[in-house]
Amino acid sequence: MVDNNITRHSFDVVVIGAGGAGLRAAIEARLAGKKTAIISKSLFGKAHTVMAEGGAAAAMGNVNSNDNWQVHYRDTIRGGKFLNNYRMAELHAKEAPDRIWELETYGALFDRTKDGKISQRNFGGHEYPRLAHVGDRTGLELIRTLQQKIVSLQQDDFREFGDYDARLAVFAETTITELILDDGKIAGAFGYRREDGEFLLFEAPAVILATGGVGKSFKVTSNSWEYTGDGHALAMRAGANLVNMEFLQFHPTGMVWPLSVKGLLVTESVRGDGGVLRNSEGKRFMFDYIPEVFKAQYATTEEEGDRWYTDPDNNKRPPELLPRDEVARAINSEVKAGRGTEHGGVFLDVSTRMKPEEIIKRLPSMHHQFKELADVDITKVPMEVGPTCHYVMGGVEVDPDSAESAVPGLFAAGEVSGGMHGSNRLGGNSLSDLLVFGKRAGEYAALHVDRLADARPVVSQEALDAAVAKALAPLVDDPSDGENPYTVQYELQDIMHSLVGIIRRAEELEDALVKIAEFKKRLANVRVGGGRKYNPGWHLAIDLHNMLLCSEAVAKAALERTESRGGHTRDDHGKMDPSWRKVNLVCSYADNGVALRRQPVPTMPHELLSLFERSELAKYLTDEEIAAFDSNGSKDGDKE
Amino acid sequence: MSTTRHFRVWRGDDEGGQLTDYDVEVNEGEVVLDIIHRLQATQAPELAVRWNCKAGKCGSCSAEINGKPGLLCMTRMNTFGEDQTVTVTPVRTFPVIKDLVTDVSFNYEKAREIPAFTPPADLKPGEYRMQQVDVERSQEFRKCIECFMCQNVCHVIRDHEENKEAFAGPRLFIRAAELDMHPLDARDDRKEFAKEEQGLGFCNITKCCTEVCPEHIKITDNAIIPMKERVVDRKYDPLTWLGRKIFRRDQLESGAK
Ligand SMILES: Cc1cc2nc3c(=O)[nH]c(=O)nc-3n(C[C@H](O)[C@H](O)[C@H](O)COP(=O)(O)OP(=O)(O)OC[C@H]3O[C@@H](n4cnc5c(N)ncnc54)[C@H](O)[C@@H]3O)c2cc1C
Ligand code: SF4
Ligand code: SF4
Ligand code: FES
Repeated sequence: MVDNNITRHSFDVVVIGAGGAGLRAAIEARLAGKKTAIISKSLFGKAHTVMAEGGAAAAMGNVNSNDNWQVHYRDTIRGGKFLNNYRMAELHAKEAPDRIWELETYGALFDRTKDGKISQRNFGGHEYPRLAHVGDRTGLELIRTLQQKIVSLQQDDFREFGDYDARLAVFAETTITELILDDGKIAGAFGYRREDGEFLLFEAPAVILATGGVGKSFKVTSNSWEYTGDGHALAMRAGANLVNMEFLQFHPTGMVWPLSVKGLLVTESVRGDGGVLRNSEGKRFMFDYIPEVFKAQYATTEEEGDRWYTDPDNNKRPPELLPRDEVARAINSEVKAGRGTEHGGVFLDVSTRMKPEEIIKRLPSMHHQFKELADVDITKVPMEVGPTCHYVMGGVEVDPDSAESAVPGLFAAGEVSGGMHGSNRLGGNSLSDLLVFGKRAGEYAALHVDRLADARPVVSQEALDAAVAKALAPLVDDPSDGENPYTVQYELQDIMHSLVGIIRRAEELEDALVKIAEFKKRLANVRVGGGRKYNPGWHLAIDLHNMLLCSEAVAKAALERTESRGGHTRDDHGKMDPSWRKVNLVCSYADNGVALRRQPVPTMPHELLSLFERSELAKYLTDEEIAAFDSNGSKDGDKE
Repeated sequence: MSTTRHFRVWRGDDEGGQLTDYDVEVNEGEVVLDIIHRLQATQAPELAVRWNCKAGKCGSCSAEINGKPGLLCMTRMNTFGEDQTVTVTPVRTFPVIKDLVTDVSFNYEKAREIPAFTPPADLKPGEYRMQQVDVERSQEFRKCIECFMCQNVCHVIRDHEENKEAFAGPRLFIRAAELDMHPLDARDDRKEFAKEEQGLGFCNITKCCTEVCPEHIKITDNAIIPMKERVVDRKYDPLTWLGRKIFRRDQLESGAK
C-alpha cells in the first residue's frame, strides 16, 4: 500500500495533455530551453487526437491555388456565425500552413498531389480543398509525428546530458486533479499516478492546459472516457473564465446501430469525397435545408452539386457540405418528421457514388469500422447515421496571441480553449488550431518563466493537504452505503442528452439545472472501494466533479442565450439575432458552482470585415454595426 | 435482445491473481469491451482495463480473449457461441499492473533507441516533394496503432524475458523500415541499425506478428524481409549512428552547391 507521501517534481513548464495541442506546446517550450513535463491520463500516443480522421485545414493552396489565408479566415468566421474571436481566427488562418509544413520536417507523411506536394481534400464549409490528410487517419499521423519529434528531442538531450528526461519528461497515465496557486498565480499542479495511486506534485510557474473537451457528459458521443472536461473545470476553479460554453458541436454523422457503437464518428470525408445524404424516401433532403445566409454559396440542384466534384470553379458545392450545425439539425428534423431509417438515422451513401476500390482506398478506416462493428459493407450499401456530441466550442478564455488565461501562468490551447471557433467549428479546423495555438502557448509559457526569473510562486502545505483530502474523499473500505459513481455518470449523461442536447428549450434547461444541483449533492456521497491501485471507479468519482461543473456551465449559458446560432439551437428562440452576436457569455467559478455574465465580443477591425461582401455582413450585423461599417468604408475611400 | 453469458476475467496484480467468474448481460451488437464496462458499472467498479477510442484506432485495449490476442473493442460477442464461456486475460509478454492492464514501457524504451527521422539538410519546410507511390510504402507502417500485440505474440520475447534486452520487436522493425523507405530521410544506415542494435537477426520469420496485427500491416513481408537483405557495399560502424549525421551522397552534393 502506498502512503500519502507525495513525490515532488520541479519544472519550468508543465503541459497537461498529450494530444496535438499539448505535444506541440511541449516541443516549443523545450525548444525555448525550458525544462518541460507532459502529463496525460492515457498512455503516450493515445490521446483523443489519435481518433481524428479527416484532416487538418491549412490554406496552402496546393490543390486550388486560389486559396489563401483570407479565404480560410472568411470560411472560419462564416462557420462560427461571426461570433469567433477574430484575432484567433486570423492567427489560425495565417499560421496553419507553416505548422503543417513543419510537421514534414518531423517526419510526417501526408498524402500527395501529382506534383508531389501535400494533397488537400474538400470538407464542409471550406471553399477550396484545404485539408491536409493521410487517408482517414490524419490524427494518428499527427500524434505519431509529434510523439516521434518529442523522442528525437529526448535523444538530443540524452546525447548532451546522458538522460533522456533531462529537459523533456513524459508522465503517462497520470491525472491532474488540482491546480495550485500562490497569490493568484500558478504555482503547480497536483495529481495521481493511475498505476499505483501515488500522489505527485509538479511545482511549476507555468501550466499549459491541453486537456481536450467535455463530451463524455453526453449519452451519444464520439468522445472517450478522457473527455470529462478536466481542463475546463481546473481553469474555472483556479479563477480563469470560460467563454461560449453553450456551443456544442453535434457532428451530423455518427453511427446509430448497433447500440454498442452508437455515437461513433463517421468522418465528414465521406461527404467531402462524394457521399450523399438521403432519407427513407430516397430523397437528397439537404437541398431543402439551405439557410438564407448560405444560399449564395451552395448548389440548389443535384446536377450542379454533382458537377462540383469535378469542376469546382464553375459550380457550387452540394449542401451535404454545409457547416455541421446545419446538417445535424436537418437530419434531426428528417427523423422527427418520420423520414428516418429503421434505427433512427438517415442514409449516408457512397456505394452508388464511387467504385469499391476507390472507397477502400480513400476511406479505409470507415470501411473497416462498418464491416467489423456493424456487418455493413459500405461499398455495397448505405450507412445509417445520426448526430453525435462531438466537440465543445466553448473553453478557457485566453489572450489570442499568447494563449494565456486570466490567471498569470495558466495557458490553454486546443479544444479546451474557447473563442477561436465561435458558435461552430469547421471540420479540419481543430487539428490546425492545436498546432497553431499549441506552439504559441509553449512559446509564451517559456517567456512567462523568463520574465518571472527567480520570483517563482510557491506551493503551500495547506493547498497540498486540501488537494490530497479531496482526492481521497470517495475512497473507503466498504462502499456499500454510498452512491455508485457509474450510476451517477449514466444518469448525468441521460439528462444532458435529453435536456441540453441538440435542440433546447427553456423549461428543459431549467429542469436540467435542477437535476445538476441534485447530482452535486449525490456526488458528496459517492463511494468506491478497491484501493488506490489502477482503480477506474475511483478515477471516475474524481472526474465527476469536473463533468458536473462543465455540464452546469453548458446548461446555464444555453438557458441565457435566447437565440439559435451554430451549436446552440433553441426551439423557443429559433432565429439568429444580430444583437446576440455582440454578446459572449462568460462562466466563472463561484460558491462551488458557475456564475454567468455577459461580455461584449471583441470588434472585428475594418480590414477584416472588408473581406466580406456588404450583403453578407448585413445578414449577421446589427443596423448600427452596418452603418459604422459603411462610414468606415467611405473614410477608407477618402484616403485613397 | 439480451442474454446472460458467462465470463471469466483475470483479476489480480503483480503479486498474483486468478480467473474470476461473472454472469453478465449481453446485448445484440456488443463487443467484449462493452461487457467489461458493464462489469465495472454493475459488479466490479475497480476492475482495471485500458481503452480510449472504442473503434480500433488507439490500440489501448489489447488483451487475450480465450487465449487469443485481440482488441477488446473490436471483438464482437457474436463471434462466440451462446453457451461459450469467454475468458479475458491480460497480454502475456508484459508484466501485469492490475487485472487487464500491463506495463508496456518496454515498447516505449525501445522506441527511444531508434534514431529519429533526420530531415534533409537542403530543404526548408514547405519544399518537401514526394510522390504518392513513394510515400505509400512507409505509410503502411505508419498505420500502426501501437497496440503492441505483435510484440506480445513474438516468440523471441513471449516466454523469454532474457531476450528483451537485445531485441526491439516487430513494432520497432516496422519503424526502422518506415524510416528506411522514407523518401527524404537523410540517414542511410537504417538496415544496419536494425541488425546490429535492434536484434533483427533473432527473428526467424514465423509471421505470428503479421497474423495478429489489427491494421493488417504486412510486418514480415514488407518490413522485416526487406530489412534483412544484405547491405553489400557498406560495413556498419556502430559509432556513426550515435552522433554524426549521415547524408546520402546526392544530398551532400546538392547541399554543397
Ligand atoms: C472521432 C473524432 C474525429 C475527429 N476528426 C477531426 C478531424 O478530422 N479534423 C479536425 O480538425 N478535428 C477532428 N476532431 C476533433 C479533434 O480531434 C479534437 O478536437 C482534438 O484532437 C483535440 O486535441 P487536444 O490536443 O485539444 O486534446 P486531446 O487530443 O483530446 O488530448 C487531451 C489530453 O489531455 C489529457 N488530459 C485530460 N485531462 C487530464 C487531466 N486531468 N490530467 C492529465 N491529463 C489530462 C488527456 O489524457 C489527453 O492526453 C475529431 C474528433 C473526434 C472525436
Ligand atoms: S516474424 Fe519475427 S518478429 Fe514476427 S513474430 Fe515471428 S519472430 Fe517475431
Ligand atoms: S504493427 Fe500492428 S500489431 Fe504491431 S503494434 Fe502496430 S498495429 Fe499493433
Ligand atoms: S479502445 Fe482504442 S483500440 Fe480498442
